[in-house]
Amino acid sequence: MQSMLTLISWGPDGWLDDIAYGVFITISLAAATLPVGLAIGFFVALAKQSDEPSLRLAGNIYTTIFRGLPELLTLFLVYYGVQIGLQSLVQLADPTATVEVNSFVSGMVALGVVFSSYASEVFLSAFRAIPRGQYEGGYAIGLTSFQTMRLVVLPQLVRIALPGLANLWLILLKDTALVSAIGLSDILRQTGIAARVTREPFLFFGLACLIYLVLAIISSFGIHAVERSVSRSEAKR
Amino acid sequence: MTAVVSPAAAVEPPPPVARNWSRSRIAGHVLVGLWFLLGVLLVVYLVTAWNPELFQRYAPTYASGLGVTLTLVVISTVLGALLSIPVAAGRMSRNPVIGAIAYSYVYFFRGTPLLAQTFLIYYGLGSFRPQLEAVGLWTFFREAWYCAILAFTLNTAAYQAEILRGAIESVGKGQWEGAASLGLTRWQTLRKVVLPQALIVALRPYGNELILMIKGSAIVAIITVYDLMGVTRLAFSRSFDFQTYIWAALLYLALVESLRHATEWIERRITRHLKR
Repeated sequence: MQSMLTLISWGPDGWLDDIAYGVFITISLAAATLPVGLAIGFFVALAKQSDEPSLRLAGNIYTTIFRGLPELLTLFLVYYGVQIGLQSLVQLADPTATVEVNSFVSGMVALGVVFSSYASEVFLSAFRAIPRGQYEGGYAIGLTSFQTMRLVVLPQLVRIALPGLANLWLILLKDTALVSAIGLSDILRQTGIAARVTREPFLFFGLACLIYLVLAIISSFGIHAVERSVSRSEAKR
Repeated sequence: MTAVVSPAAAVEPPPPVARNWSRSRIAGHVLVGLWFLLGVLLVVYLVTAWNPELFQRYAPTYASGLGVTLTLVVISTVLGALLSIPVAAGRMSRNPVIGAIAYSYVYFFRGTPLLAQTFLIYYGLGSFRPQLEAVGLWTFFREAWYCAILAFTLNTAAYQAEILRGAIESVGKGQWEGAASLGLTRWQTLRKVVLPQALIVALRPYGNELILMIKGSAIVAIITVYDLMGVTRLAFSRSFDFQTYIWAALLYLALVESLRHATEWIERRITRHLKR
């Protein structure tokens, strides 16, 4: 029992400092992916609810592809695909050059496109829940279409889409575990190294699961706080 | 009906609205053009990179990998469906202890990554090798394949239990009361009144869960099971030919899309009586 406590302590004998670094990487990856995914997802949803059939088609192709591919495969496609693509581009100029693609950025791009394709569906159903009269009212009092979107539609959209987006955030947090397969030192990779070195796999992978659970619990507190602050602006009925 | 011609039918319809080249129309055409260009590039790439030797060598392994993926998904989804019944019953139970146990089960498996669960079972249970050998279960937990099935079954059971519970609770209380007043037992009510209505609600989530399982099954490649993803990684590491990943992507896309369309077709078919 004592030795197990030493193993998960902070410092040269324990692995807690290494695992804490993994937690930091996981959280920063998820936090860096979130705004990218939200922004792309919003614009894809805008395209999918437009009156223009060609825009809808372009948006639907995007969603179909990135919702249909396994996340791990998307990650490998981005990681190796971008590397090979850049390599052949660079070698046109300098045949001896080699390109190394950052695994953090690859993870961010891959998780971002997957997140955005799901987020676009959430935004789309939120768009459909907002009645046409809201836009017409905005135009009637002389707002431009951009102003209507920003001042009238967006505040309601956020409120309707929030539960769906919160769900996607929890999925994103779990999907970050996949980047350990391309060598990024996230929670799962750090605990995996510790498990291999100390030959205590159950302890360390169990610890990894617990950390993910704690992150999920903390997130749900955060989500409740955001929901409260958003619903404060809701009209009283 | 055709004998009565309404006067409105004789009036000419309004001319179609002329669609001018608005900004969104231009943007839409550019974006569709980009996708089209990407598709053409992909086809050109696959044609120029075509390598009959590679194809002959790896096409059979891809077929077996696809088979492994499908077998894994089907076995664990069916076992998970069986396991989800007691879990869902526990979630709806009035006994707080049973409810808490079922809730923790669901929370754990839905709150942690599937990859971490798979590692915990495949590598983690290796810590208990002497104990497992004593009860004769070590031959089971030594194989990555069985561990993958166990992890996926436990994981999907948690999700399916929530789907089942949500669907059963979506059926109104009046249905239970109406059946009770007719003298049906609880079991009869569940089987003949509630489940037929609940399963219509549950069909789409079940379809989504199946798709998530197919996509999630790619991670077993990391614990050395040669599913579609596993054979792709093997083929790539041997040939360094990027088209190996492209072919896998096309196969996964075809699989997921056909499943999605099948779910939609079944849903249209079983909700015919609800359409007006």
